[in-house]
Amino acid sequence: MDIVLLLVATVHAGTPLLFATLGEIITEKAGNLNLGVEGMMLLGAVAGFEVGLVTQNPILAMLGAVIAGALGALIFAFLTVTLKANQVVTGLALTIFGTGVSGFAGKSLSGNAMPASIKSFFAEAKLPVLGDIPYIGKILFQQDWFVYLGYVLVIVFGIYLFHTRYGLNLRTVGENPAAADASGINVSLYKYLNIMLGGAMCGLGGAYLSVVYVPQWQDNITAGRGWIAVALVIFATWNPYKAIIGAYLFGGLDIIGVRLQKFELKLPSQIIDMLPYAVTIIVLIFISMKKVKENSPPKALGEPYFREDR
Amino acid sequence: MLRITKRTGLTRKQSITFRIAAVAGALFATGLFMLLLGYNPFLVYASMVEGAFGTLYRIRETIIKTIPLVITSLGIAVAFRMKFWNIGAEGQIYMGAFAASWVALSFPDIPKPLLLLAMLVAGIIGGGIWALIPAFFKAQFNTNETLFTLMMNYIALKWVTYLQYGPWKDPELKGFALIKKFSENGILPKVFGIHIGWIVMLLLIVAIYIFMNRTKKGYEIAVVGESENTARYAGMNIKRIVITAIVISGGLCGLAGMIQASGVYNTLAVEVTGGVGYTAIITTWLGQLRAPVIAVVSLLFAALVQGGSYIESAFQIPKAAAQLLQGIILFFVLGSEFFIQYKIAFRNIQAAKAEKEEA
Repeated sequence: MDIVLLLVATVHAGTPLLFATLGEIITEKAGNLNLGVEGMMLLGAVAGFEVGLVTQNPILAMLGAVIAGALGALIFAFLTVTLKANQVVTGLALTIFGTGVSGFAGKSLSGNAMPASIKSFFAEAKLPVLGDIPYIGKILFQQDWFVYLGYVLVIVFGIYLFHTRYGLNLRTVGENPAAADASGINVSLYKYLNIMLGGAMCGLGGAYLSVVYVPQWQDNITAGRGWIAVALVIFATWNPYKAIIGAYLFGGLDIIGVRLQKFELKLPSQIIDMLPYAVTIIVLIFISMKKVKENSPPKALGEPYFREDR
Repeated sequence: MLRITKRTGLTRKQSITFRIAAVAGALFATGLFMLLLGYNPFLVYASMVEGAFGTLYRIRETIIKTIPLVITSLGIAVAFRMKFWNIGAEGQIYMGAFAASWVALSFPDIPKPLLLLAMLVAGIIGGGIWALIPAFFKAQFNTNETLFTLMMNYIALKWVTYLQYGPWKDPELKGFALIKKFSENGILPKVFGIHIGWIVMLLLIVAIYIFMNRTKKGYEIAVVGESENTARYAGMNIKRIVITAIVISGGLCGLAGMIQASGVYNTLAVEVTGGVGYTAIITTWLGQLRAPVIAVVSLLFAALVQGGSYIESAFQIPKAAAQLLQGIILFFVLGSEFFIQYKIAFRNIQAAKAEKEEA
């Protein structure tokens, strides 16, 4: 087995996870636990595929996915921020809803493949200079531009969260919304915008699956990747930079699980599939034992903010 | 100017009216959607009801789907009452089913009552242990239980998948990855054409209602949920209460797994939960953690699922439409909670200013 090819495939498999994880990090940093990741990915996947099929335009397809994911998140934001509904239940409802919509709308799509114009747009493109680095160039810099977008977004999200005033405000909203409110931050606005941004990212992650990775319509195309993204947020301790490492690691496990089946090795693929979740639990226990502030879940995660309760 | 305040003294009748209005709103919204797609919404809804309750067979099917939903929801309600956000029911069902199946497959020849009893105990232990692990870490290090229990679901799922495709696969079924069926002794008997899980369900509704509302233990669980400090000052043994509640919660979910494996599938299978662990979180919440309400909500949900698969064959509407409807109903009902708990008052700005000056 060629290790370089394996790693190339790893980056591919990790990319949809990366988008969804970045989205959920931003959402949770706003203090909202949205378990609708799987649903929003499916919304993005079906919208991206449908738009791509009709318009044959890759940019419009991505735009469709972004809008679909953000609209799903808007429902969640309206219910949990404005109407203060329970976040866990609302997130689960969103997953049911997204699965329903994609199954319903996707019924007529099954069997269709992406048009050639879109496939060629998302074909591997070697980056100048970087792409010529031995091994690393082949693995990281001879990919499709969606993968590159992932690199850029990691940095953008990292800067946004840790080096801008907006990021600081966002973290305050997630840690202590009452204090944020008292210091003049519009808590609801921050929550709405970031939850929707998170949904848009999940939509993009889903569209990567249907438009680039597969690229054919299958029912339930995300196959539980949304839940892996929820795990990844913890694994990455709410840090975009660690998210990229985690996403590729979990993507790699996915690939290894598939490859191992061909070799009839002693380790069954289901046990490997377990690893991301087991490792996540260990990380979760570890961060709760150490109580390092930067690595902990946002303090107000899951709690609705009610101004009059102050 | 808009002002939102917490509501007090809303009668039960009013709050039920709100919820019914929410469901009606959801049905109306979905009906419009169906109309756009060229279906007659009244016909579709009517046939959903018919699909769920139209014949004796369909009523039985609906009840069979209600049983695990009610038992699991009761389990979740106990944990939720303590504000332990156990969303690991799915995994606890799997592990209960796994433990019960291990007993059934290892000792197929012991007498039926004995075997079923052993399976029952094993199921409760399996689910209970699976819930205790996150509870231990929650008590010890305050580890986030929502995320922990969620991860445990996937480990349980992969474990059962592994057994089904690996060591437990029935070698006699070539080409099919299925686990061997239980012996006759390991299968729940039927009463009125439905496995006796329904009797267990009815007993549990009463038992949990009494436990939560009429016993000291149930009261203690609620107190710990409200405030650990209050519980500590009152001299309660918090660790013991937490463990009791979680073992009951996980145990009930495990029991649901045992009933599904024994009564419905007659063996362990990946399909044994059918997503009940997640649906039950929703029914628990909509049932406001109250046993009798949970039972009603679960029945309605099961009817929705059963009716949904019927309209697929009757109208060629994809089965996903039922999921879509479920999602929309949930959104509406979740949204309506706000209007039950909070009051929105419109005030004119002058009055607000005057009040401010007074203060």
